[in-house]
Amino acid sequence: MKAGLIALGGAALALAITASAQQEAGLRPVSAFASIADKDARSVALFEEMGKVLQHPRCLNCHPRTDRPNQGEAMTPHDPPVTRGPDGHGAPGLECAACHGPRNVAFAGGKSSMPGHPDWHLAPASMAWEGKSLAEICEQLKDPKRNGGRTLAQLTEHNAKDRLISWGWDPGAGRAPAPGSQAQFGELSRAWVASGAKCPAAK
Amino acid sequence: MPTDFTLNGKPASFDGDPETPLLWVLRDHLGLTGTKYGCGIAQCGACTVHLEGKNRRSCVTPVGMVAGKKVTTIEGVEGAEAKAVQKAWVAIDVPQCGFCQSGQVMSAIGLLKAKKKPSDTDIDNAMAGNLCRCATYVRIRQAIHDAAAMVEG
Repeated sequence: MKAGLIALGGAALALAITASAQQEAGLRPVSAFASIADKDARSVALFEEMGKVLQHPRCLNCHPRTDRPNQGEAMTPHDPPVTRGPDGHGAPGLECAACHGPRNVAFAGGKSSMPGHPDWHLAPASMAWEGKSLAEICEQLKDPKRNGGRTLAQLTEHNAKDRLISWGWDPGAGRAPAPGSQAQFGELSRAWVASGAKCPAAK
Repeated sequence: MPTDFTLNGKPASFDGDPETPLLWVLRDHLGLTGTKYGCGIAQCGACTVHLEGKNRRSCVTPVGMVAGKKVTTIEGVEGAEAKAVQKAWVAIDVPQCGFCQSGQVMSAIGLLKAKKKPSDTDIDNAMAGNLCRCATYVRIRQAIHDAAAMVEG
């Protein structure tokens, strides 16, 4: 009987840990922030939730501080050592499209895959996020000179619907997807902008 | 349904799984073994072909992706850049063991089509995905410069 209870307790603990891990891997919905009475504090909290996506390897790897992307969960420099080229699509002779096709392609060996999208490319140097704090990324995202000339409304639309951003949640075998879903990321973006688009304090 | 495409200027067809890598189709089904298998995960460049005139790793290209498109391999590549690269390669004996060389040659031709007079940096950037275990990189770079000069006349 005692052994049974211990086993049951262990199973419950395992379930709780699994549930906690799943929650950690996802995004909290906008409604989870409604209890924060202070509007500015709520806005910052919403952005910090967005930060789970912005600073995820699926997003950060192609927003490098150098001309070379990173790759993998450990965000190590891209191998082969490619460079952004004149327009972010790679160097003449070794464009991104030399390997990255219009969709993810499973390796013939069965493990992992070659990521792909019809417009696979590196974010412009002005949108480099690697090595920056969430506060710095936030200010950068709001600056039209460093966000592709977008208004906050356009930025929200971009986060919610851009198909290359969608890839982050469908990265192919061998890669962890970005947390939550693009729909949730879009909702968080809308709520952040609606609450004044406040940024975390610089540390 | 078979996958139809143009291979070295002629109609080609593959009646099988469209997810089959183009490299498998070229070597095992169509008998063109000049394109080499090196790593199978686009890390070495040995399998480089031209897809619509641009460098492409055939090991990560499902054959279904080339339906209706033009594929060129080392057996069929031609034009001023191809002739110049071949001549330059022979002139200074670029290859050592030779296994990677069809990929190197295809990448070099692809580069010269995109950039007529590449600098050392242009060459390094374009050839960064083509590994050579014999480390013939210095001769490869020289031969590309020589080929560019030949094309320019």
